[in-house]
Amino acid sequence: MKVAIIGVGLTRFGELWETSFSHLFVEAGANALRDAGVDGKDVEAIFVGNMSAGRFVDQEHISCLIADQAGLNPIPATRIEAACASGGHALRQGIMSILSGFHDLVVVGGVEKMTDVMTESTTQTLATAADQEWEAFLGMTFPGLYAMMARRHMYEFGTTREQLALVSVKNHRNAIHNPYAQYHVEITVDDVLNSPIIADPLRLLDCSPITDGAACVVLASERKAREYTDSPIYITGSGQATSTLSLHSRKQIPVVDSTINAAKEAYKRAGKSPKDIQVAEVHDAFTIGEIMAIENLGFFNIGEGGKATEEGETEIGGKIPVNTSGGLKAKGHPVGATGVAQAVEIVLQLRGDAKGRQVDADIGLTHNVGGSGGTAVVHIYEKG
Amino acid sequence: MSNVPRFWRNLKRRYNLIGTKCLNCNELYFPPRQLCPKCRRASKIEDVQLKGRGEVLTYTIIHSAPKRFEGQTPYIMAIIQLEEGPKLTAQIVDCDPTEIDIGMKVEMVFRRIQEDGDAGLIYYGYKFRPIAN
Repeated sequence: MKVAIIGVGLTRFGELWETSFSHLFVEAGANALRDAGVDGKDVEAIFVGNMSAGRFVDQEHISCLIADQAGLNPIPATRIEAACASGGHALRQGIMSILSGFHDLVVVGGVEKMTDVMTESTTQTLATAADQEWEAFLGMTFPGLYAMMARRHMYEFGTTREQLALVSVKNHRNAIHNPYAQYHVEITVDDVLNSPIIADPLRLLDCSPITDGAACVVLASERKAREYTDSPIYITGSGQATSTLSLHSRKQIPVVDSTINAAKEAYKRAGKSPKDIQVAEVHDAFTIGEIMAIENLGFFNIGEGGKATEEGETEIGGKIPVNTSGGLKAKGHPVGATGVAQAVEIVLQLRGDAKGRQVDADIGLTHNVGGSGGTAVVHIYEKG
Repeated sequence: MSNVPRFWRNLKRRYNLIGTKCLNCNELYFPPRQLCPKCRRASKIEDVQLKGRGEVLTYTIIHSAPKRFEGQTPYIMAIIQLEEGPKLTAQIVDCDPTEIDIGMKVEMVFRRIQEDGDAGLIYYGYKFRPIAN
């Protein structure tokens, strides 16, 4: 399979009190069209990932809202929801619309406006990614689910508290070179270990923040892409999988089988294997999430993600640089936008436009997870 | 939760730990399932009473809790594997957070889970506590 990304656009990530939900999307979309050199009249459809505008900004029917505000009526606009993986799923729907021959050029975006409500309300909304009846109702929190995975990972594989902290330290260091990131501050292992406990063993600096932001890419068929660029980045693999909604129902607690299954499909479609991947953006909503991701994607053996992180294998300059953007932890995690923002980072890396955080790579991967692993989506990208 | 029918329809599950069993393959489920993922349309589902004894597979101590649970922090949440096989999430009570450990044997107790403010519904259900040696 081969679908071109011919343009990318972001908003600044952070607490953007002056900016509205639709304004975020329009800004990222305009940036992506400008980057692609595409006029609005040539856009055939919009796909937008969004987790919970209904709860975050009290507005449903956002597909219509963004097409309206973007001045793109009457083209079709479709919203896709899969909790924190909404963006990655929107990307896949956009890809399928091109591969089916239905469209030749579409905009895929993701957007979330999380700071219009109080923190208590935001965390409650995020918890709806978990099983409301059999997890949240009983007092379980979303960080609590990842904390239970971390505890079991430590128990089964000897992963250490410091190794978890090192994920956060690395991602904060990378974000310093990303002008769009929410945080531009280096932190130390001690900072992480001394931050407030959220759900033991996870602390505040193990958790991604609450973020406003949007991200967009312009997708085109191979033929259409040639009208705009000689050097597009191609998406050559896509995989998506589900698992049980509840963590307790899965066969193994510290292994995200939806990631394994989504990756298997993406590698197969691209004709690639984990060792071919040279840069990756993975779902580090919590530090343990990155450690499980680099194992479940096949970069390291199950149980060895903590050790690999400690040995610097995932740093810029390491065996496989992971989350060069700063990841969800330091770039920020506007949930619906995250999956698309990951694609933007990989495109920048493969084009050589990643400035202070640039790595030498021709093949990249993105990995986006919904809930505690109930859903995962993986994409593979190659230089044209 | 704030919704009477939604809680009411699960009363027997939450009060008495009644799960489901697929008579076609003998697999047990808690939380209950109306369809057995192994047998799908060949499923033959009936209710089954679980004994409420099991073992802690993993746990966390919640320090940052939703408003309804704030008065209880720090509290222990765990995934428990029941003796009959199914796994569930529950709070562990009558246990100091420094004492909880993977492998601990626990049993079900009937407790108050949460309430809808001062004048609303009070929700009861299962929690678990360590089995005394």
